[in-house]
Amino acid sequence: MSNESHIPGQHEVVTTHEVHHDEHHVHHHHETFITKYVFSQDHKMICKQFLITGIIWAILGALMSVLFRLQLGYPDARFPFLEDILGHWAKGGKIQDEFYYALVTMHGTVLVFFVLTGGLSGTFANFLIPLQLGARDMASPFLNMLSYWFFFLASVVMISSLFVSTGPASGGWTSYPPLSALGDASQGSKAGMDLWIVSMALFVVSSLLGGLNYISTILNLRTKGMSMTRMPLTIWALFFTAILGVLSFPVLLSGFILLLFDRHMVTSFYLSDIFIASTQTAMPYEGGSPILYQHLFWFLGHPEVYIIILPAMGLVSEVMSVNARKPIFGYMAMVGSLFAIAILAFLVWAHHMFVTGLNPFLGSVFVLLTLLIAVPSAIKVFNWLTTLWRGNIRFTPGMLFAIGFVSMFISGGLTGIWLGNSSMDIHLHDTYFVVAHFHIVMGVSAFFGMFAGIYHWYPKMYGRYLNNTMAYIHFWVTLIGAYLIFWPMHYEGLAGMPRRYLDYSSWASFHQFGGLNRFITIVATIVFATQLLFVFNFFYSIFKGRRVVTQNPWGATTLEWTTPIRPGHGNWVGEIPEVHRWAYDYGKDGRDFIPQTEPIGANEKLPH
Amino acid sequence: MGTIFLIAILIFGFLIVFQIAKANEYVSVLKGEKKTFEQNNRINGFMMIAFLVLGLIGVYWCNELFKGKILGDAASDHGEKIDLMLYITLAITGVVFVITQVLLFWFAFKYQYSDKRKPYYYPHNNKLEVIWTVIPAIFLTVLVGFGLYYWFKITGAPPKDAMQIEITGKQFSWIGRYPGKDKIFGKKHFRNISDDNNNALGMLWDDKAGQDDIIVSGNDIYLVKGKPVHLIINSRDVVHDVGLAHFRMKMDAVPGTPTTMWFTPLYTTAEMKAKENNPDFEYELSCDQMCGSSHYTMKGVIHVVDQLEFDLWMAKQKSAYSQLQSGPQPGTPAKDSTTKTTAAVQEIKSSNN
Repeated sequence: MSNESHIPGQHEVVTTHEVHHDEHHVHHHHETFITKYVFSQDHKMICKQFLITGIIWAILGALMSVLFRLQLGYPDARFPFLEDILGHWAKGGKIQDEFYYALVTMHGTVLVFFVLTGGLSGTFANFLIPLQLGARDMASPFLNMLSYWFFFLASVVMISSLFVSTGPASGGWTSYPPLSALGDASQGSKAGMDLWIVSMALFVVSSLLGGLNYISTILNLRTKGMSMTRMPLTIWALFFTAILGVLSFPVLLSGFILLLFDRHMVTSFYLSDIFIASTQTAMPYEGGSPILYQHLFWFLGHPEVYIIILPAMGLVSEVMSVNARKPIFGYMAMVGSLFAIAILAFLVWAHHMFVTGLNPFLGSVFVLLTLLIAVPSAIKVFNWLTTLWRGNIRFTPGMLFAIGFVSMFISGGLTGIWLGNSSMDIHLHDTYFVVAHFHIVMGVSAFFGMFAGIYHWYPKMYGRYLNNTMAYIHFWVTLIGAYLIFWPMHYEGLAGMPRRYLDYSSWASFHQFGGLNRFITIVATIVFATQLLFVFNFFYSIFKGRRVVTQNPWGATTLEWTTPIRPGHGNWVGEIPEVHRWAYDYGKDGRDFIPQTEPIGANEKLPH
Repeated sequence: MGTIFLIAILIFGFLIVFQIAKANEYVSVLKGEKKTFEQNNRINGFMMIAFLVLGLIGVYWCNELFKGKILGDAASDHGEKIDLMLYITLAITGVVFVITQVLLFWFAFKYQYSDKRKPYYYPHNNKLEVIWTVIPAIFLTVLVGFGLYYWFKITGAPPKDAMQIEITGKQFSWIGRYPGKDKIFGKKHFRNISDDNNNALGMLWDDKAGQDDIIVSGNDIYLVKGKPVHLIINSRDVVHDVGLAHFRMKMDAVPGTPTTMWFTPLYTTAEMKAKENNPDFEYELSCDQMCGSSHYTMKGVIHVVDQLEFDLWMAKQKSAYSQLQSGPQPGTPAKDSTTKTTAAVQEIKSSNN
């Protein structure tokens, strides 16, 4: 801990000699509002941009789910206020069928891509990679800035699609053709679908710019002594995440481009033998296969769920170790299992397609590979449990969410074993069992990881703390609420209740869950309100939160806590610290923690 | 009015929570940070164990509440295999679930912060890692073994004597086709489809094999108890899915690419009504793949009957071709109004809606 100096308040010291070489010598780098807050190239500001955009998206996405839950819980009721907000989409206070599907589609797209990919990776990769590796900034701050602005552009296009007269895309977040390809088959497949594709294309560009930057930063800009095996697990997780994204997003983009061709140029990549009843016409397409799209989509779609969950795993590993005051158990096994998950992520996509008429033999290969993923996942869970064992646990809000993450990940992960086994998937496919599974294992879990990260690094981001009382309320209501919402859905799924139905009352096999659906809707609304409490806490605390007065409030070993309380562009004043050990020397030799910057002592036991 | 009231309550609730939260922060400054931290830590530690206990009770209670509502016994031979798989998997994952959740929250409670405790520096143990790599791998091998054994049985070739039925999905209904006496389906092509000309499937009427084909729309399909049925599944427009929850079967309907499934129904509809003690029981066919705005209404009904009843029903059916010859007269003698044999007429009506 050599070269930190306490600099209270905002302090704009430019130390990025490499980047701002010229200006630095000429004048005191005056940052204008535009360069500091809007077109900023500082990774910390870009992180906040991603985070706040992500929060806004999360509110919108969650609000959509509350709206369609209203329909599911009260299929016969009418809510006049809906017509006030949504106009003809909720004529007479009842959400129209087409708009229900638009809401479901947007909810999925927004949360999977804009919140849990852009918002989560964008925030923490930007924030932690330079800070925890000891870099002044990203390898290319300019590309990093572009990455955010492409994300912003994608957001604008996606939002604008909510306002076109035929409505936004409504074919589900997977947008399977032919439904998504033919405007005559669905209102949402008209202009809304084009905007959806354009927005997603921009999103892919953003994701690639970000991902390439993260990878090159991690490989090239580590400070002296920071070997790959000394990196905190957050960085490992973000590293694998970026690789997954860079390798799989282009495939998705190609899939979308072919879809665009089918939509507008009468090519037949995905379409064949189609007769549209509403216009009584046989379409000209012949020879294509809708299943091709599903392969292309899920080649990204499956890695995508790991793109979402790996950063959360990394954040949780870090937060858990810091607050258990113990090293993370089995560091190399944790890295190895991340690696194994990343590899297997590319080899399991067809388990989403067991009932598409896939060759049964091919299906069996995917069963085997899918269930293999349970092994590294189990290793991770056991390692987290052992990390808690004989620790000295501080229940900071971040730690609470980290523990909640593990609980959710276990619950949702185990049902993956059900769905990954093709013979059971025949019954459970596209039922509420699937909804329960992925919401728990990648929706709620990833959010818990994200919350753990936000609560833990908020003091570093804003130099203030979030309010603890609100944080505790937020955690307990969210944990209990999430289980109350999603646990009973397993039973609906076991009964074969299909997803994406907006009214079950005419179905003799499924209407018995009417009361349960009402209950879920009520809990979902309460949980949503609690998230608003968090959002309030977040924005309020930026300005009025308790100030951070010590440089290392959690007593953590990693490099970000050696920077000034409010670091300027360039992060460290003076030289970048050198690293001498791994990131997890907690409770070693009777000492509470030993920072990574401290050289190995003469009498010290060898590092892990 | 009610809305404004709700919003007012919400804002009021927020304000109260906010005031309490602020007050707590001031109190903590007065009490000293360490003391507040210890107090909060104890509360959260207690909550951990309370959550575990109440959660496990809740899981049990939830199971008691809903176990009777999840469709009862499987109604096909494949379904029985799938149910057995579900139980095996439930047993294994259930045990793992309880053990890991108990450990998680118990450790959190037990090892909560204490002044006296020194955390145990325990960075790794290769033996443990190997143990918990190998044990899950063994259990998963068992599950994969069972799963694939059944998977190949279920997706394997249907028995030779299986009854063939073609089922075609369209926005938003199902059309069934029986091959007729010759047991061969006639040729069809999608460009021939015309709901106006009584040709919902695009039959090529020149093909003799198709002239005795029986086409049933109105979403009613008849099967024979104990007789294997081989479904050939098609779609006319977008991707649909033949979902048969009671038989535990499911298969996508993909335009341009026929898919198949087969199974043997074990109980007639009447038997299931008695078994489930539910006079309204029907084998419902649900569309399980998002197919457009009325996806949730795309219901078919499977009638499982014994051979005699099936033969009687079949005898009443007229081939689609013969109805074409006579033309769609509204006065066509409908022998049995419930069977809806006048497929084409129904078809036009539904598509014009």
